[in-house]
Amino acid sequence: MISLSDVHVTFGRGTPLEHRALRGLDLTIPEGEFVTVIGSNGAGKSTLLNVLSGTARPERGSIIVDGTDVTRWSAPKRAKLIARVFQDPMAGTCERLSIEENMALAFSRGSVRRFGRALDASRRALFREKLSMLGLGLENRLSDSMGLLSGGQRQAVSLLMSTLTGMKILLLDEHTAALDPRTAAFVLDLTRRIVEEQKLTALMVTHSMRDALDHGTRTVMLHEGTIVFDIAGDQRKSLDVPDMLNLFRQARGDELSDDNLLLGMGAKQAAAVRAGKTASS
Amino acid sequence: MNLISLIGAVEIGLVFALVALGVYISFRVLDFPDLTVDGSFPLGAAVAAAMISGGINPITGTLAAIVAGCLAGIVTAWLNIRFGILHLLAGILTMTALFSVNLRIMGRPNIPLMNQPTVIDLFAWLRPLVEASGLPGRPTLKVLALLIIVSVVGALLARFLTSEFGLAMRATGANPRMAQAQGIPTEMHTYIGVAMANGLVALAGALFAQTAGFADVTVGTGTAIAGLAAVILGETIFRTRSIVIGIFSCVFGAIAYRIAIALALNTGWLGLQSSDLNLVTAVLVAMALILPKVANPMRSLLKRSAT
Ligand SMILES: Nc1ncnc2c1ncn2[C@@H]1O[C@H](COP(=O)(O)OP(=O)(O)O)[C@@H](O)[C@H]1O
Ligand SMILES: [Mg+2]
Repeated sequence: MISLSDVHVTFGRGTPLEHRALRGLDLTIPEGEFVTVIGSNGAGKSTLLNVLSGTARPERGSIIVDGTDVTRWSAPKRAKLIARVFQDPMAGTCERLSIEENMALAFSRGSVRRFGRALDASRRALFREKLSMLGLGLENRLSDSMGLLSGGQRQAVSLLMSTLTGMKILLLDEHTAALDPRTAAFVLDLTRRIVEEQKLTALMVTHSMRDALDHGTRTVMLHEGTIVFDIAGDQRKSLDVPDMLNLFRQARGDELSDDNLLLGMGAKQAAAVRAGKTASS
Repeated sequence: MNLISLIGAVEIGLVFALVALGVYISFRVLDFPDLTVDGSFPLGAAVAAAMISGGINPITGTLAAIVAGCLAGIVTAWLNIRFGILHLLAGILTMTALFSVNLRIMGRPNIPLMNQPTVIDLFAWLRPLVEASGLPGRPTLKVLALLIIVSVVGALLARFLTSEFGLAMRATGANPRMAQAQGIPTEMHTYIGVAMANGLVALAGALFAQTAGFADVTVGTGTAIAGLAAVILGETIFRTRSIVIGIFSCVFGAIAYRIAIALALNTGWLGLQSSDLNLVTAVLVAMALILPKVANPMRSLLKRSAT
């Protein structure tokens, strides 16, 4: 279980560029839940994942994972609990290193790295077996440089790398955004398989409402550093993309004017949304 | 070029092979362009020479030089990591300070090491072999001794960089964000890597003092660029990503570079004198850095027209 309470993150504090990326965010995710995260650009989605992985520090609030307060833990320390796949295919792997070296790095995530060989026959066999599950033929290219792979291949390997050790939480930040539609579908399907097979708790940021509804068990929308709606279960199943867009507009409309007149929405609809928000959180 | 000057070139080439390995760690593995080495080379020479001329065992003196070099590296890494000073500037600060430190250690600008025991004496058992070969005795013994030292250091370094710990250090240089996400404490790896690099360069300085027979505060000028020249030359000859071959190519590059320089000086090519060495090295490194950029657009043009 992950629980964030009253998390505040401000960038460029005390400067003219001060920006409050997260403003008192509360979110509780039970074990095994697959949450999709949507929101407009700059809403704070990546910051939310950064706060979980430890690469952004909240100035207020707490982050608790399985009963342990990890708020003050550094990113490397949290890596044994949390694995992540970045949006940029270049970011999650080392292009200068080979496929097998990248996998060896991930294989030791969360354990102390000593002076034993990073690669040996048994590890190579394991990596080959894992890579063959991707069906991309990468199992025969273990010593190829990571930089030779396409973006989609790199994301697929990144995903695989994140599952080499028993982590609890998988963070995916628009990990298919840089891919062509077919490759994106492949990587998304792979994501679903991995999360299901390993019964992971996962957060997936996506810019596609379709993907947000089709995947996972719960969807939250961020706006200006807070969660403006949070749906799960039957309520979520009954929603379609146009409904989502409405909720989305409404959440932003709420911001501009409380009576929603600006966007021509009925008060009833707005009340329904608010009820939904509180019901599932 | 006569035999003596060829052996002399190989000797200094082997000393600079250790510099090249140090530069390889900082510039290539860690992606931390570290100029401290211009100070840690004379630091190693100063510590070893001061201790040996003070009657201390040369092995102790050489080990102390390595430790001193590591400490110099830690200062640079600390300035960069703890205070956010640009790595280039942090290295220059340490290097500048080391000039005074080295003078303090030596107590004078130059220490001759004539007829003192050196680590080369440890290799006296090779003497029968050298005599049987008919090559000039003392210079050949020095080359063999250095060859053994460089081989051992190179093998250890290759083993280190292919270990889990070493791989983590390579990831720190290649993609620090990814490294952190994989649970690698990148700051610690930077400290250790920069310390190792300067320890190696200080070892080179200590061996330089003991083979050349003197230590001088000015011997460090251009060390970083000379090391980089060797690394680049090796990379050009052996185009590889493999660590083992990469390390071998550093050593090979350092020796090849010194032989080429000795040849150029010996034949009086372009009227070069030994004092022109730093100019030639700087021009070559600059060219090596410029050429790929100039060549690339042409290469992509060629590729495009081919497809
Ligand atoms: N390291 C940073 N320094 C300054 N501002 C940042 C930084 N990271 C994010 N921001 C700002 O914080 C806001 C939220 O960013 P982010 O979480 O990346 O949004 P998104 O929802 O698009 O992923 C944006 O306005 C962004 O410009
Ligand atoms: Mg983002």
